[in-house]
Amino acid sequence: MSAAGTVSGPGPLDLSPAPGAAPAGTRVLRHALTEFRLLVRNGEQLLLALVIPLAILVLAALTRGRFVPLADAAPSVLALAVWSSAFTSTAIATGFERRYGVLERLAATPLGRGGLLLGKALAVALVLLAQLVVLAVVALALGWRPAYTGASVLASLALLVLAAVAFVALALLLAGRLRAEITLAVANLVYVVLLVAGGLVLPVARYPRVLQPVVEALPTAALGEGLRAGAAGTVLGWPFAVLAVWLVVAVLVARRGFRWTS
Amino acid sequence: MASPTAFALQVRDLTVRLGGTAVLDALSLTAADGALTAVLGPNGAGKTTLVRCCTGLVRPDAGEVAVLGRAPGSPDVTAAIGVMPQSTGAWSGIRAVELLRYLASLYAHPLDVDALVARLGIGAYARTPYRRLSGGQQQAVNLAGALVGRPSLVFLDEPTAGMDPHARRATWELLRELRAAGASVVLTTHAMDEAEALADQVWMIDRGRVAASGTVAELTTGGQTLEDVFLTRTHGVVG
Repeated sequence: MSAAGTVSGPGPLDLSPAPGAAPAGTRVLRHALTEFRLLVRNGEQLLLALVIPLAILVLAALTRGRFVPLADAAPSVLALAVWSSAFTSTAIATGFERRYGVLERLAATPLGRGGLLLGKALAVALVLLAQLVVLAVVALALGWRPAYTGASVLASLALLVLAAVAFVALALLLAGRLRAEITLAVANLVYVVLLVAGGLVLPVARYPRVLQPVVEALPTAALGEGLRAGAAGTVLGWPFAVLAVWLVVAVLVARRGFRWTS
Repeated sequence: MASPTAFALQVRDLTVRLGGTAVLDALSLTAADGALTAVLGPNGAGKTTLVRCCTGLVRPDAGEVAVLGRAPGSPDVTAAIGVMPQSTGAWSGIRAVELLRYLASLYAHPLDVDALVARLGIGAYARTPYRRLSGGQQQAVNLAGALVGRPSLVFLDEPTAGMDPHARRATWELLRELRAAGASVVLTTHAMDEAEALADQVWMIDRGRVAASGTVAELTTGGQTLEDVFLTRTHGVVG
């Protein structure tokens, strides 16, 4: 390494203590922006966040509905974006933050555990906002013409928030219990399994009838069905109930089970 | 800022059990305000668990910890301490100076990051992602991260592990300057020369208990070296 104590550069360093915390809002915002920047730089995460959802949109547009109609594919892809960022990316990132001692270090700073979680939530919200804007604009450019009503827009936004919180809680539960490598494997596996079999991209009605009640109980199906209905101008009640149950259970279990150190 | 007590750190009858084993077993020690206190112990002695109790990350099964006279993890404490973790402590993709600027933003009166980078010789790899830094470079960045908030009390968990001799000596000099500037320092180590060179007070811990304590001079009366005392009073873990 370079000599750690080479005296050079701009003047003497005043090492006298001057403790004090920056304002809480500043701390949370700076943390969120740092996480956001790191995620944007990570090619693997961008693949999950944008490339796969965009590929599905383009496939739907090119196949002119033979795969999935664009009217279904566009809201499905918005649901997929929430799933990939709030669950998969958050689980993997947090698992390695725990493994690398980032959580341990930051918990001992003025950011604290509460600020760290708030900052992380804000970072996920920023990523989601960017994803939803990009994907919605591309879908509209490809010919998506949603039939939103005022009520269905509000319901869709509420479902997005409910699902994001539930998925983040599930991600933290995974990352806070398992080793980082196991978290990486499980988060990717669950991502793919529920992408295909979780009612996220394919409407529940296209699954075998015997499986439909099971699929409907999944949070991914609740979000997918809710957003597809919203884009068609309809508001469904049951996705709220399913997501609320998942959210409460996931938050409670994550609070009890999360470990800050590896 | 002087702490409201003569002790920067007070640990009394601290007990932590993990998986049925007592990692800390009624451990009691103090670190005087404005002094450099070394906690020596073999691998598995409980040094890192002690630091985690002091930062509020591990809740003890029994006993008390007062950091700057207050409960670990409280907002007044987190604003006034700096921690250099033993493990990496940074995102793999973050650049060295980016990490330091982020950490500085969490404090009200942080050190000037450019001056800190220059003082620690980090400039040469300031824009290198953390994962590409050598072990010693990572240690230098971690040390800078512990100091950037201008803390009253600094916990350093094996701060010079992985450093070459030049960097070690330079770090020792920086820690002396830190103490001279009025900060209290608690460092864990199993490097005897480090404790001999720096410590005002030494606590040897073994299997979660205090095995010996005193100044280096007090511990080495009778002609024994500090390492002799350490080997006599503590148990090694082989393999």
